[in-house]
Amino acid sequence: MREEAEIIRQEYLRHDKKFPHVWCPGCGNGIVMGALLRATHNLKLSKDEIVLASGIGCSGRMPTYIDFNTVHTTHGRSLTFATGIKLANPELSVISVMGDGDATAIGGNHFIHAARRNINITAIIINNSTYGMTGGQYSPTTPYGSKSTTSVYGHVEHAFSIAELAVTAGASFVGRGTVYHASHLDKLIGQAITKRGFSVVEVISNCHVQHGRRNKLGGAVEMMQSFKNNAVTVGKAEKMTTEEMEDKFTIGILADIDKPISTEEYRRINRQAERDADKVVKAKVKNGVKRYEE
Amino acid sequence: MVKKIKKTLQEPSGSEEQSPDPEKGNGYWETHKKKKGTLFDVSFFYDWCKACGLCASLCPRKIILNDPLGRPYIEDMDRCSGCRFCVIHCPDFAITVKERFADRRRSTDEE
Repeated sequence: MREEAEIIRQEYLRHDKKFPHVWCPGCGNGIVMGALLRATHNLKLSKDEIVLASGIGCSGRMPTYIDFNTVHTTHGRSLTFATGIKLANPELSVISVMGDGDATAIGGNHFIHAARRNINITAIIINNSTYGMTGGQYSPTTPYGSKSTTSVYGHVEHAFSIAELAVTAGASFVGRGTVYHASHLDKLIGQAITKRGFSVVEVISNCHVQHGRRNKLGGAVEMMQSFKNNAVTVGKAEKMTTEEMEDKFTIGILADIDKPISTEEYRRINRQAERDADKVVKAKVKNGVKRYEE
Repeated sequence: MVKKIKKTLQEPSGSEEQSPDPEKGNGYWETHKKKKGTLFDVSFFYDWCKACGLCASLCPRKIILNDPLGRPYIEDMDRCSGCRFCVIHCPDFAITVKERFADRRRSTDEE
């Protein structure tokens, strides 16, 4: 009897790629990767029916290490490639892994329109509040007043809330988790994969090397503890006042609705159009008119 | 078997108040029966470990310690409760927690 961790390490990772991975010591990306692998393992999906797409950034390295069908695409276009894959073969379960800059800045338009169209894709967005790979520039999710290489006196703009953006844009499943609540994250990702429709999981992660060091938030351990202290479940957050909710964020399922999926609607209309075209051709043949193709 | 009992009697038990007498049914045997089947073995894969210190800080029983290089090790393995909190929080897939059954092989080797 093998442990779950052993199965994941032996069967789901690409050992010909260089392990240990490139992420910094204590980076949350590894924890998200583990949660994703555990979720897919518990759903008993085979490795051939999952496609993992990613953009550029620290999170873009994730498909390199996982032994699914993977594609490492251009910056911010992870969802567009995923949409194409889903249209070509709707039986695949497509997962798109993005960072916060990848999803909301460079690919922001793709993100909101994928949510509006409601395509059956799972988007996992790792939010570490900075552009970690390029050297700690501010991103759309950098909090007001925090320091980065491009805002040395404090950031003057306000931050996006990715999960709420996805709810407003019309995603059918929106969840938010942190890397501290890892087993909760398993369940969220599992629910997101099984949910029919565009499902978003925002994962609050730590970048102690670029973001934490500049804002004196401490190392990986201290940032993890801050996630533990600041995370409030959705049920508790309803009873709390806005003053109490300052500097805190909600975790859990923020939206879970059912609505028609655009790619399936598109296929249905395609089939309808084909049938109508056949009828026209048959009528013409019956009346003695030659078909154009012949 | 007698050797084994003698050896266990010589070992310092966790609570000093209990008299380590096997006939009275307290001491080693009670604790051993309680712990039987629920012992765990934690193994670290040091080739992948980056010594981030997450496992040591998040362990609920604080049994994972760090050596001067920051790498984790465990001195008192019997205190592990097997919660796997370190396994799911290890970013480098370097920890495995396995259930450890009775030390049959070790005792036969000694005899």
